[in-house]
Amino acid sequence: MIHRIFTVAFFLVLLVSWEVASRSGLWSPVLLPSPLNVLEYMWQATMDGTLVTSTMVTMKRLLLGYGIGLLFGVPLGLLTSRFRILQDTLGLLALGIQTLPSVCWVPLALLWFGQTEAAMLFVVVMGTLWSVLIATSDGVRSMPPIYLRAARTMGSKGLHTWVNVILPASLPYLIGGMKQGWAFAWRSLMAAEIFVTILSGFGLGQLLQYGRELLAMDQVVAVMVIIVAIGLLADRILFSPWERFFHKRWGTGSTN
Amino acid sequence: MKKVTVSLQSELANTSPERIEANNVSKSFTTDRGKVLALDRVSVKVGEGEFLCFVGPSGCGKSTLLNLIAGIDQPDSGQILANGENITGPGRDRMVMFQEHALFPWLDVMGNVLFGLRLKPGLNSKERREVAKYYLHLVGLEKSERANIHELSGGMKQRVALARALAPNPRVLLMDEPFAALDALTREHLYGDIQRIWEARRKTIIFVTHNVREAACLGDRVLLFSPNPGRIRAEFRIELPRPRDINSVELARYSTEITTALKGFTSGQGKEVSE
Repeated sequence: MIHRIFTVAFFLVLLVSWEVASRSGLWSPVLLPSPLNVLEYMWQATMDGTLVTSTMVTMKRLLLGYGIGLLFGVPLGLLTSRFRILQDTLGLLALGIQTLPSVCWVPLALLWFGQTEAAMLFVVVMGTLWSVLIATSDGVRSMPPIYLRAARTMGSKGLHTWVNVILPASLPYLIGGMKQGWAFAWRSLMAAEIFVTILSGFGLGQLLQYGRELLAMDQVVAVMVIIVAIGLLADRILFSPWERFFHKRWGTGSTN
Repeated sequence: MKKVTVSLQSELANTSPERIEANNVSKSFTTDRGKVLALDRVSVKVGEGEFLCFVGPSGCGKSTLLNLIAGIDQPDSGQILANGENITGPGRDRMVMFQEHALFPWLDVMGNVLFGLRLKPGLNSKERREVAKYYLHLVGLEKSERANIHELSGGMKQRVALARALAPNPRVLLMDEPFAALDALTREHLYGDIQRIWEARRKTIIFVTHNVREAACLGDRVLLFSPNPGRIRAEFRIELPRPRDINSVELARYSTEITTALKGFTSGQGKEVSE
């Protein structure tokens, strides 16, 4: 309870100082919109549908790209962890590419796919795939080998071992990798949307960029707030329940 | 046991314990310091229903031999037989209990005991649960079936591991220093339990330890191993009634005898073995 109070108080103070700062007249209202202006824009843009449409467009790209990234990243990571030859080849490639900021894929995606949805998707997949692959592979390799030996003596082999031992044993790492992949996907999509305008849909990143072009700072800040909110919400809905479950089962970390 | 189905009864009935035989078995490992001959032409005969202990300092090949019998490793030469048939891999008739409990943290206590049972054909899920409950009861943990592994004490974890190994009703139980990481009091409890369970479930047990007194307390026979290369050096028959008390004077006499022999073989290395 006391933690909640601190949290709420902190953000209230932040908001009030912001409001005070914007009213003080020290900065041009064009550069520093008040929180009320931002809220007003949010309300207006929600009512006329702009915000809802943009969010939907962005989420569709994100989930699709993220999904594809997982679909390839997890199995490839599992395989990489088990075969030395893949570790020395694909694993190394993944490690290298992962250090490349995903916004660097945008020029290449544009040349390959033009200003299309495919270009967006490509950037998101590239942002997700490699980090998920590495996290999965690392996760499996950090599994104590005694689990495999114990399973073998009980008659587990082949697919049964994969499904019932290797996968669950590395789940905590997998969730960590998926979480990281989500953050990477989100970042790369925003970068792509800011850089590239495509006619098939205006996402949140594009809305942000138009805000800048129109000098509509309330729009810029509002979209930023929404991007943060979606990130937080996704963490709470997609990952937190799992993490709490693992902490409880494995006895790692605190549960509250 | 209360109401049980027919197949459940047959499942919980005692299987005949198995005879194990190792003939001229050799096994070497390549380490950073070169090739180590862990077992050098070792031969052992384990009778049906016998409780046999392997004792020796680290590196004497006792665990290696256990792993070969378990089928986790293959010998370089020689053969290992279970009831006259070559052992080619792990089998449900030979279950292993490791020094680290090796329980799966993603499953609760019940899930762990069910793991091996699920791989055994012929039982439906209700019967499997009944069998698992029976063994959890046997090790005194029937109240903890929903507990997570990390919530258990070291002794309880090894009890679950024991229930898990017993659940598929193996004919041989292979125990690799299962109590080495536990405190003395917990260990003493488990000595009683394992003797009681051995008599109730009629298993052939091979028990690896570096604790001489533990071996004298549990074994019908104690085999003494020495390292470099790994060989069996002596054999002791423990002629004491059961259940045996680890603190009894008669038992101390045996363990002194074994320790003396051990020191003779491994002068300078005997420190690793506790009396």
